[in-house]
Amino acid sequence: MEPIDHLFRRESGRMVATLTRTFGIHNLALAEDVVQDAFCRAVDVWKFRGMPENPSAWLMTTAKNRALDLLRRERRALTFAPELARLIESEASLAPAIDSFFTPHTIKDDQLRMMFSCCHPRLREEAQVSLVLHILCGFSVGEIASAFLISPAATEKRITRSKKVLAGSKRLFELSDADFTTRLSIVHRALYLLFNEGYHGACANSAVRVELCAEAMRLAEMLLDHALTATPTSYALSALLHLSAGRLPGRVDISGDLISFFDQDRALWNQEILTRGRRLLELSATGSELSDYHVEASIAAVHASAGTAEETDWGAIVSLYDTLLQVRSTPVGALNRALAVAQYKGPECGLQELNGIVDRDRLSAYPFYFAALGELELQCGRRSLAHDHFTSALALARNPMERRFLDQRVGECACNDTLQNSGVHSEVPLANE
Amino acid sequence: MMSEFVLLYRGGESPKSAEEGQQVMTKWIAWMKELGEKGHLVEAGHPLEETGKVVKGTQKTVTDGPYAEKDLVGGYTLIKANDLAQAAELCKGCPIFEAGGTVEVRPVMKMDM
Repeated sequence: MEPIDHLFRRESGRMVATLTRTFGIHNLALAEDVVQDAFCRAVDVWKFRGMPENPSAWLMTTAKNRALDLLRRERRALTFAPELARLIESEASLAPAIDSFFTPHTIKDDQLRMMFSCCHPRLREEAQVSLVLHILCGFSVGEIASAFLISPAATEKRITRSKKVLAGSKRLFELSDADFTTRLSIVHRALYLLFNEGYHGACANSAVRVELCAEAMRLAEMLLDHALTATPTSYALSALLHLSAGRLPGRVDISGDLISFFDQDRALWNQEILTRGRRLLELSATGSELSDYHVEASIAAVHASAGTAEETDWGAIVSLYDTLLQVRSTPVGALNRALAVAQYKGPECGLQELNGIVDRDRLSAYPFYFAALGELELQCGRRSLAHDHFTSALALARNPMERRFLDQRVGECACNDTLQNSGVHSEVPLANE
Repeated sequence: MMSEFVLLYRGGESPKSAEEGQQVMTKWIAWMKELGEKGHLVEAGHPLEETGKVVKGTQKTVTDGPYAEKDLVGGYTLIKANDLAQAAELCKGCPIFEAGGTVEVRPVMKMDM
């Protein structure tokens, strides 16, 4: 049987979560060692015997057996939670105790507990995202470093520090904890940022970008699988991720370059994912909760339903941005609204909106603010102004992909071709807004 | 008439990440499959645990490993090939080299006269 893509990475998250609950969160490193051990064993055995029928179950049983061995060997040397310490005292209660930690039901919940634990409010958002990727998605330090374009040493440091915070919490987060609602919204935010890192992020390798998006979607779907976490906002987040991911194939071309909104090949969109996204958006519309994810998902749905960029219902998009800014006012949201106005009422109106953004100084390091000014000036036929704006944008580019894209726009201001409508439009606000 | 050979796998780094582990495993499975499809695989063989004891001398002293990691036999496979040269050639496809390990090819002695 053929292994599923990234099976080991995903199983890693499941195993670490359950082992951590078994050993106690302060023994996180121990849990990781056991998982590493289980993988080495799987590799050794499977290379001779091939994959078993149910590799996930094989791995989990191996992890459980390793845990049993370790507890027998080290029960005196290590410190465990009092309730476990008592059970592992005698051989008779040890095995049943471990069995009770490894039921399918608890294993499923352990991943959610771990997800909530990784989103510790004492950690910065990027640390939460790295920790989620490392622990729940099984990404190595090197893989995270190359996905985020930061040095392996800095990544290592960030993860070590975050793990310390995590290990310092007394136990894994429980969904019955009093601060559940607050923590759930931090989890939403972290998954949203993880997705954005794939969608808009610095890494030029499109395979990695797709993986980050896929991981965010997988974890978001996990929230829908539990009565407590399947809130309307969780549905809305999942809908947003699907309605964006379905359009990812048209967004970056084969060479890894950003393609402007109007040049995307909509035939490449994944209709299956988009359909699922629409369904999720319907399911999110229960109760009175209206989150920014609801509104962003609705915006994404309008884009996803337009056969061509020109057919987009810009009026609907503008009013959705109005709603979004009421729910959650951000300068990037205002920027995107201005771009929608430009499409709806023309570039001069769009420019007025851009210049009217109240806190636009917060966009002064954001390349697409200047790119937006450039696009609209260009559409108004003021090439030299457009050229200046694109040059400012280029100076702020954060990665080679953005640089190539903006460099091209600077170049086009110098050409005397007839103008083409090729606005930069990022419907999902960027992670570092 | 083909002869039989034992392949002894020695050393090689363990995978450093989950993804790497899966890649290594996938390559091994593909390699074994190829040997089988070409009619060279007699028995896939077994992996060996890293632990072990050595019994030595007239005193039959028993000692624990340790073996130097590069000398440690991690598993074996039984194949058939026309001759030693072909058997060695077949080994070149083994993924162990990417991990810094080696394969030793030993002809199984024919026990007829």
